[in-house]
Amino acid sequence: MTATDPLPDVARPAGTVAVHDEVLEARAPWSHVLAAGDTLRIVDLGGNQAVDFLAYDAVDPVERYSAADTITAQRNIFLVEGSTLRSNEGNPMLTVTGTSCAFHDTIGGACSRESNTLRYGHHTLHQHACVDNFLSAGAPHGLSKRDLVSNVNWFMNVPVGADGTLGIVDGISAPGLHVDLLAERDVIVLVSNCPQVNNPCNGFDPTPVRLVVFRPEGR
Amino acid sequence: MSGEGAEPSATNTLEQARAHARSQQGLVEPRVSVPSSSARQLPDGVAPADVIWDETVGAGRYVERRLPRGSVLRVADLTGDTCLNLQVLNAHQPSERLNPADTVKVQWQAYLGTGATLLSDLGRVLMTIVDDTGGRHDALCGHTNRRANEARYGHGGVHGAAPNARDLLALAAARHDLGHRDLTSGINLFAGVRVADDGSLDLSGPGGAGHVDLRAEVDVVVLGACAPHPLDQRPAYTAGDVRLTAWRAPRPDPDPFRATSPERERAFLNTDEHLLGLAR
Repeated sequence: MTATDPLPDVARPAGTVAVHDEVLEARAPWSHVLAAGDTLRIVDLGGNQAVDFLAYDAVDPVERYSAADTITAQRNIFLVEGSTLRSNEGNPMLTVTGTSCAFHDTIGGACSRESNTLRYGHHTLHQHACVDNFLSAGAPHGLSKRDLVSNVNWFMNVPVGADGTLGIVDGISAPGLHVDLLAERDVIVLVSNCPQVNNPCNGFDPTPVRLVVFRPEGR
Repeated sequence: MSGEGAEPSATNTLEQARAHARSQQGLVEPRVSVPSSSARQLPDGVAPADVIWDETVGAGRYVERRLPRGSVLRVADLTGDTCLNLQVLNAHQPSERLNPADTVKVQWQAYLGTGATLLSDLGRVLMTIVDDTGGRHDALCGHTNRRANEARYGHGGVHGAAPNARDLLALAAARHDLGHRDLTSGINLFAGVRVADDGSLDLSGPGGAGHVDLRAEVDVVVLGACAPHPLDQRPAYTAGDVRLTAWRAPRPDPDPFRATSPERERAFLNTDEHLLGLAR
């Protein structure tokens, strides 16, 4: 689907032009290859829509996003403006160059058929889930189950209580909030526009998101 | 190469070299019990004949082993100041492996302790923590990489003095025809991390010696790297000895760990279904 509404009310990164602009349906998978220097903007159109996200080095996908390396390098579990998404080799993959949502999650993982049965009961077994989106989005790039690891959840709120209690609670995002991700190298990104309907990560109502790729002018 | 005037070599001929090689057995105490039944100083109630693995690993080294369903693995921190990054995979289909995010999310608890299950990415229990003396474990921070070790210690290669855990684990995985691709962040034993309200991470200081007992709920492959925690900022590469001892154990009936929460109970039910599909 091509976007017809104007760009969100956020200036595009200086010196760039939009080379891709798309509204991703609710519940859908997506993948894209970003060149170093590209910026991916994700816009939460409906508000409180979790966007599950993974990244792989475009040349050697065994080097991939690592939630653990990312949070240990910044010594904080929350992704904010200025956070660097790191690989399992500790290398910068993407940088959060701007976001109007205060913070984002990277410890909550992705929903799956199987984990849904544990969390909510076996009646959820056939519900669509993020792991299926990641498997579908990754396959054209030669990525399979072995390549799936803990991901980012843009616009999702996962606090950890003093006693270690952890879980997904009501979101802090709103319609039109965005995150900008600058590719520090050539990367394959996988997106699952989260279909979860059993917890508040999507406000119990999955909605579309907008995906825009900005590229430095003249390249 | 011996030069003129050097002492006569003791390994100059094939016969001498063979005798030299054979003279080395017994000079240094081994860190692994072979056969396993020769292990001593065992946990209370464990008979030597039931032991299926006994090995002690030190800083910068790795271990790997396949363990059968029902066996109990004791991982013992012998010094009170160490970290062991543990990876667990289903021995029959190793693309099914410990999923640290599901483990903490499904159980609504970031800090692992007695009763916690190590969940796979397919909604099943790989191992259960059946005893834990310390409650100082970490499911969030993963293991070190070469880049970070080079920055902190000046060297990070496995052939050097400060091996990074990621490459150690990849060598352990290679014994099972697996590699870097098959690694997750795993869990860190004996290195507790706490999350503050603002999201910041704090590594607990050294604790006392202790142990954690893990029961295999399916046939598993375990990989372990003994190396400093990634949040350990001390300039010296510090990870004390860890002893791993596994034994065959009868399953208690009723099993006190099966139904400690609705999520865990469903994870055990899913595991039962998996076992139905295996020829026994």
